[in-house]
Order: sequence, then C-alpha cells, then structure tokens
Amino acid sequence: MTPENYRHICDLVKRESGLVLSEDKGYLLESRLMPVARKWQLADLDAVAAALRKDQNGGMTRDVVDAMTTNESFFFRDNKPFDQFRDVVLPKLLELSAGKRQIRIWSAACSNGQEPYSLAMILKEAGAKLAGWKIDIIATDLSREVLARAKSGLYSQFEVQRGLPVTLLVKYFKQEGERWQIDASIRSMVQFKEFNLLQPPRGFGVFDVVFCRNVLIYFEAQMKAQILGNVADVLAPHGVLYLGGAETVIGVSDRFAPMPNNRGVYELNRQPVKAVAVG
Amino acid sequence: MKTCLVVDDSRVIRMVARKILEELDFSVCEAADGQKAVDSCQENMPDAVLLDWNMPIMSGIDFLRALRKMDGGDAPVVVFCTTENDINHIREAIATGANEYIMKPFDSEIIQSKFSQVGLL
Repeated sequence: MTPENYRHICDLVKRESGLVLSEDKGYLLESRLMPVARKWQLADLDAVAAALRKDQNGGMTRDVVDAMTTNESFFFRDNKPFDQFRDVVLPKLLELSAGKRQIRIWSAACSNGQEPYSLAMILKEAGAKLAGWKIDIIATDLSREVLARAKSGLYSQFEVQRGLPVTLLVKYFKQEGERWQIDASIRSMVQFKEFNLLQPPRGFGVFDVVFCRNVLIYFEAQMKAQILGNVADVLAPHGVLYLGGAETVIGVSDRFAPMPNNRGVYELNRQPVKAVAVG
Repeated sequence: MKTCLVVDDSRVIRMVARKILEELDFSVCEAADGQKAVDSCQENMPDAVLLDWNMPIMSGIDFLRALRKMDGGDAPVVVFCTTENDINHIREAIATGANEYIMKPFDSEIIQSKFSQVGLL
C-alpha cells in the first residue's frame, strides 16, 4: 500500500483508539485488515484506505479499529500477578471490607475475557470465605467484537491450554464441539462494557482492584499518564493496580507508586510529589 | 538438570517433544510404549513424564496406574499429551494421578505453560 494510505489508516486508528502504530507495522496492518477488506469486498488495503475516507456512517472505521486493537490474551497470564492477587491482596481485602462485604474489580482492556474470568475463578475457588459477599467484576474493552466473544465465554482448544490449569478446565468448562465454554456460574460474575480508556470512567463506581495489563505499551507517554490518571480517579484509597510485565508508572504518572516487594503491582501515591522532590 | 521421559509411539512426536524439552533444559529419555516406559522407570525414575494415551502393548493410562504403584512412583510429575481431548478422558487421567493434561496438537508454548504450572520450570 502507498505510504500515504498507510499513514491515513494509522492516523485514523490513533484518533479513534489512541493506539499508536509505528512505521514498521505494515505486516500487522496487512494481517489484521485483510479480513476487513474481504468483509467489505475490497481488493486490498489501498482500497480500504480509500473507502475509509468516504466512510459516512463509521461502520468500516469501527471494523478497522476493532481489528487493530484486538489482542491475544491468556488465562492467568504470567501467573504471578494472579497468585499475588489470591495470596496477598485478596486476604487483605477480606479483612478491610469485612464490614460491607463487597469487592469491586475492574478488568480494563479485558480483550477476549480471559483476565476477568481468571479473576472470577480465583474468587470462586476462595469458596466459603466469600459466602455472602457481593463481587463486582467489571470488564471493559474498546472493541465490540472482542466483547461479544468474551461474553460468549467460548475458547479454542489452544486458548484453554495456555495458562489454565487442567483442574480448572475440568471444573469450570464444558466442551461445545471443537470449543470450550466457561460455565454460566463464572460468566455471570463478570459484567462486560464497551469503554475507551482515554475517557473518564464515569458511572463505574469505586474499585478495590484494577487490572490494566499489557495495554499501556500501545500508547504514547501523555496518553499513558491520562489513562493512569483515569484509573487513579476510580481507585479506593487502599486499592491496587496491576500492570503488565513490560509496563510501569515510574516516569509516567505520579498518581501511583510501586507496592514494595510486589513486582507489577502499584498503589496510590500517598506522598505529594513536591515533598519527594524536596526530600 | 531435571529428567523427562517422553512416552509416545510416534517417533516424530518424540523428536519434537525432545527438542522442546531440551530447550527447556531437561535431560530427555524416550519410550515407545507403556511397557518400555515401566522398564525405563524401574531403571531410572524421572522427574517428569510426558505421556501419550494410545500406544501398542501398554497404553498411557495403564502405564500411569503401574507407575503410581511403583516404589518412588508417586514422585514424577506426569503430563498427558494426547489426541484424546474429551472431558471424560481428562477426568480419568486426573483421577488416575496425572498432574496436567495437554491436548494435541501442542506447541512449545503449551508445554512451557503446563510445565511451569506444575512447578517443573
């Protein structure tokens, strides 16, 4: 495709989602957008770019943004954050919230649902300790397509083998032909909503825990700060934030500070920034 | 270095599994059926077993039953790796003492993911 068309699509994706595509992402564009081209009966990506310029009702724009922002995910991705949540954060929350008996979790950029469902399974496994508690897991993503998939709870044989222990597969999944569907008792624990992380999260309430993993890497510094600010605004004072392995708040936002001895986990920054600079 | 016994009647599968496991720093030995695997374990009890289900002479599940009765046979971590991908086979494997279960086709990512879940990595 022509450099001009490449830039046009990249600009559109950035404008609509904030996702930044560098110069060398031609292969990614090709592999993600050819199915969109086929759906709209267009020969190639140049034709897609031309059609996007005339896209009045935004239907194709939506498809292109969906295709570019859909990312692979795993159950219990990287294991450690989920172990840490189960062994460190959850016991603390059980103590702290014993009065109101409620835990609220936000899975921001939930992709195909593996992250919120992993958290739901951890809470289900906690069993009697959470009897009578109100659990809210809000899972959001920009892409309507992945949200629809996430809601269905259907996964391929490959997907259920990456990160998911077989004991949980047997316990919480049913075979549906070639695919595996997560049990309704787990699905009903998660509420899926379409949401752009660059918007202020209004109407979501306050969260004890936010998982926002492997999403900041796609954004420019200023947008990262904006997203972290939005998350900080809805986090309870005792709340924790989980980021992906290659992400950090350091040098990005002063709203958060790393939780000591817990890699990838962050707390709200209690220390005013000025005091840090002076001290 | 941890040892892993690869039990599969397909030479190609054994070769692919060996390559993946050696990259994960395992010392690998092979057996082409359940009986040869029993013999191998009697000689040298491995840390891990990657186990096919359907094989001539002795099946994977029969090998697992025999293994768990052997002296020291409760120690190896056993990961099934089979085309049997229905929930009844998986349940039977777990009930018999398998630690994890891989449904073929597999790739190095799945082996790595499963082996780290059961503490082998």
